[in-house]
Formats: sequence, C-alpha cells, structure tokens
Amino acid sequence: MIRVVLPAHLRTLAHVNGEVTLDLAARPTLRSVLDELEARYPMLRGTIRDHDSLQRRPFLRFFACAEDLSHESWDTLLPPEVVAGKEPFLIIGAIAGG
Amino acid sequence: MSRVRVLVGTKKGAFILSADGKREKWEISGPHFAGWEIYHLKGSPVDPNRIYCSQTSGWFGQIIQRSDDGGKTWLQPGTPPGETKAPDGSPKGESNKFKYDVSKETGAPLTTHQFYDGTQHPWEFKRVWHLEPSHTDPNLVYAGVEDAALFKSTDGGQNWNELAGLRGHGTGPQWQPGAGGMCLHTIILDKKNPNRIYIAISAAGAFRSDDAGKTWKPINQGLVSQYIPDPNAEVGHCVHHVAMHPAKPDTLFMQKHWDVMRSDNAGDRWHEVSGNLPTDFGFVIDVHAHEPETIYVAPIKSDGEHFVPEGKLRIYRSKSGGNEWEALTKGLPQSDCYVNILRDAMAVDSLDSCGIYFGTSGGQVYVSPNAGDSWSPIVRDFPGVLSVEVQTLT
Repeated sequence: MIRVVLPAHLRTLAHVNGEVTLDLAARPTLRSVLDELEARYPMLRGTIRDHDSLQRRPFLRFFACAEDLSHESWDTLLPPEVVAGKEPFLIIGAIAGG
Repeated sequence: MSRVRVLVGTKKGAFILSADGKREKWEISGPHFAGWEIYHLKGSPVDPNRIYCSQTSGWFGQIIQRSDDGGKTWLQPGTPPGETKAPDGSPKGESNKFKYDVSKETGAPLTTHQFYDGTQHPWEFKRVWHLEPSHTDPNLVYAGVEDAALFKSTDGGQNWNELAGLRGHGTGPQWQPGAGGMCLHTIILDKKNPNRIYIAISAAGAFRSDDAGKTWKPINQGLVSQYIPDPNAEVGHCVHHVAMHPAKPDTLFMQKHWDVMRSDNAGDRWHEVSGNLPTDFGFVIDVHAHEPETIYVAPIKSDGEHFVPEGKLRIYRSKSGGNEWEALTKGLPQSDCYVNILRDAMAVDSLDSCGIYFGTSGGQVYVSPNAGDSWSPIVRDFPGVLSVEVQTLT
C-alpha cells in the first residue's frame, strides 16, 4: 500500500483525514500513483495536475524520502520505502503567496 | 415576512448573510471553503435554494461548488446529495473541467491573444470569474472565465461546454489582458429575450449575442480609451462592469476604465454619462431594482490608486440615468478610508424599499435598506470582498 499525504485543502476537498492509502496495481511510478489517486478521488482531478496537459500544477511539489521528485520523469519509480509503505509520498503546496 | 440572503465571496472563503426584510439583524454563516478565493456566488432566480459558487486557488485550480439548500451544505456537482461515497466506499464527485472547444463541429481554433507585452500568447484557462444562472432553468448556468471565454452547463454545473463562437468570432487575437487578467467578468441574460446575452471582457470590451451564444458581435462603438491609438477600434477597451434593468433590456450602463457610459440601443452605440462625478474611474455599477433610470457607482481615485478619493467612502447615485450624480455618505466613513470596491461586489434586492449592498477590499459589507439614503455595516472584518450578490426570498 502506498501512503500519500495531501495538502490540507485537498484533504478537505477529498473528505479525508490524515493520509490516504492506495493499492497500486500498476508499476509504482509518479504517474501511476497520481492516476490511482485521481481515480479514487475524482474531485482531485485538476487540483494536482492540469486537466488537459496532466502537468504538475506550478505551486505543488512531490517529495519522498527527503528528496524532491517534482522535476523527475513521470515514469520515475517511487523509492522502495514508499512502495513498501514505510515512507509516505508527499504532495506539498508552496508555502507562499499569502 | 420577506427575507434577504446576501452571498459574499472573499479572498479566504464564502459567507452568507441573512436577515428579514428590515435588514437590521443579520445571521452570518461561514466561512465556507475557508482559505480559498471565492470569486463569485450566485443563486438561481428559479430556485433560490440553488446557489453556484466559484472556488478557486492559485495552488489547486478551479472547483465549482453547488448548494441545493440555500447555502447550508455544498457539494461538487456530480455528487448526489447525501451520497458523498460510492457503494465501495470511494468518495464521489469531481472537480469541474473547463476545456476550450476546438472541435470541428462546435468549436473554434485555439488561437492566441495579445499578452501584456503585445506578443501573442496561447489561451490558458485559469479560473471562473462569474457565474450567471438562467432565469428559467435551475440547471442551466453560464460561466465567464479567464482567459476570456464563455461556458455553459445544462446539468447543474457537472459538465461545462464552451460557447466557442465568442472566442472564435474573429477579434480574439486582438484581445489583451487587463492588470487583473483577461477575464470575462460580466454576463447579462435578457429576461425578455432568451436569445440575447451580453458579456464584457477586460480588456477586450463588450459583446452581444442575439442567438443564445452561437454568434457574437463587439458592441464598443462610442467608447473612448486613451491608450488605444484607433478611436474607432472594435475591441481593446477595458470594460469593468455592465448593468441592465430587466424592464429596459436595451438600456445598458457601463463602468469603464475611466468613464461611465450608457447605451440605449443594446450596446450598438455608447455615450458618456460621467457628468459631475469626482472621478469617473471605478469598477461597480448597478441599477435600482424598481427604477430603471436610477444607477449607482463607487468612484475610485484613479487607475494608479485603487481606493476611494479623499479618504471618503462615497457611493454615487443618479436618478436620471447618469450625468447628474449625488453623493451618498450617511453611515459611510468620511475620513481615513482607503478601500476599493471590486466589479462584482455590489448588488440590489427587490424588496419594496430597494436594498443596496456592497463589499470592500477592506472586508466590510454595507447595506442600505433605503436605496442608498443611509448605510450601515453588516460586517466589518471579513477578508477582502471579491463579490456580493443578494437573493430576495418572499
């Protein structure tokens, strides 16, 4: 199970508290974890990735195991610790802008 | 007894203010969608319990929310009331997608428009600025968006389709954003003629459709803008807001980036009615609910200083459709006040003694229960107000 931490506003939108857990059938990549997240929580479509281009929204970043994965290829494999459920995949909103 | 429900969009959430017809004691509900910019909320004229809301954020994009119980509870369209989860436990509902229509059948090519530096820039969706529910169907609602385009939903906000005839009618490449973005901020539906729609874009100008949004024409003749070299330019004028009284749908009033304007032929020609205003820069303009020639503006010092002049918060009223204006100040601060009033932040109710409402960048929402003769604050400490609408509940 993949553990995902959402920003507070997206937790509210998705009606969840705390972490969400995803069961990935596909190869665990940046792309597949977001595909599964949006499939499970369709109200999050467009809030993390642009509806059309599926590019990461500029004020959001992806972190895991203290590394910034935001600029990695969408087919980048998630770290083994994340795949094993020991560490979460973090979606972080920019702390800026008032 | 009649009641009023004031819908307030702010920089950090939505609020609903309710009172009886006296408009003296107010109940405050909110913040709904705390922390999000709420650009606009508006109720359906057909079903006052149906309210649409534009919830937007630079971080997370655009969400459309809808209430079916007068603002007590909200859902994203597509989520049946009371069913926030699918049978397997997964949550239901989804954000709303605004995709420019480039199809051969109904769309228009996604061309470019002018950017701030005069270069051509691709069309990019950013947010919904204004929601306009239909006069006849609670599930029919229009959305004005940035980058300027008009969308329509016929299923209560679940799906949106662009009325591409506007973006694609030919002048699009000449449109340029104003300081706040290239936004379609005004949508007026003619109650007497369901085929007529007026819209306005900053900073392209005003447009009219006479076939329910399929085709459009610019309606900017008579507008003068100092920064446009061609005085007869079809587009390029920074229209801030347009107002119309439903009983006189061919008469329009416009607050422009400088100048208050009037048209008596559905926008085919405009003339200036700024008259004796202390400054003719501003954003809001609105019409008395029962007097089609009584109009209201909130003069702002200048395009470089977006606050009321001389530190005095003054609404101006003309009972002659413009030119002769009187300052309305009773109950409004007349010193050390430097707030702005944004283009969608004024509204009128339709009680016998017409109520006027406006919200400021400083977080105040004022009400006048007597058409502007006197004012009092409903609230003083909201986040900056982006929009004000009012529902009259009889």
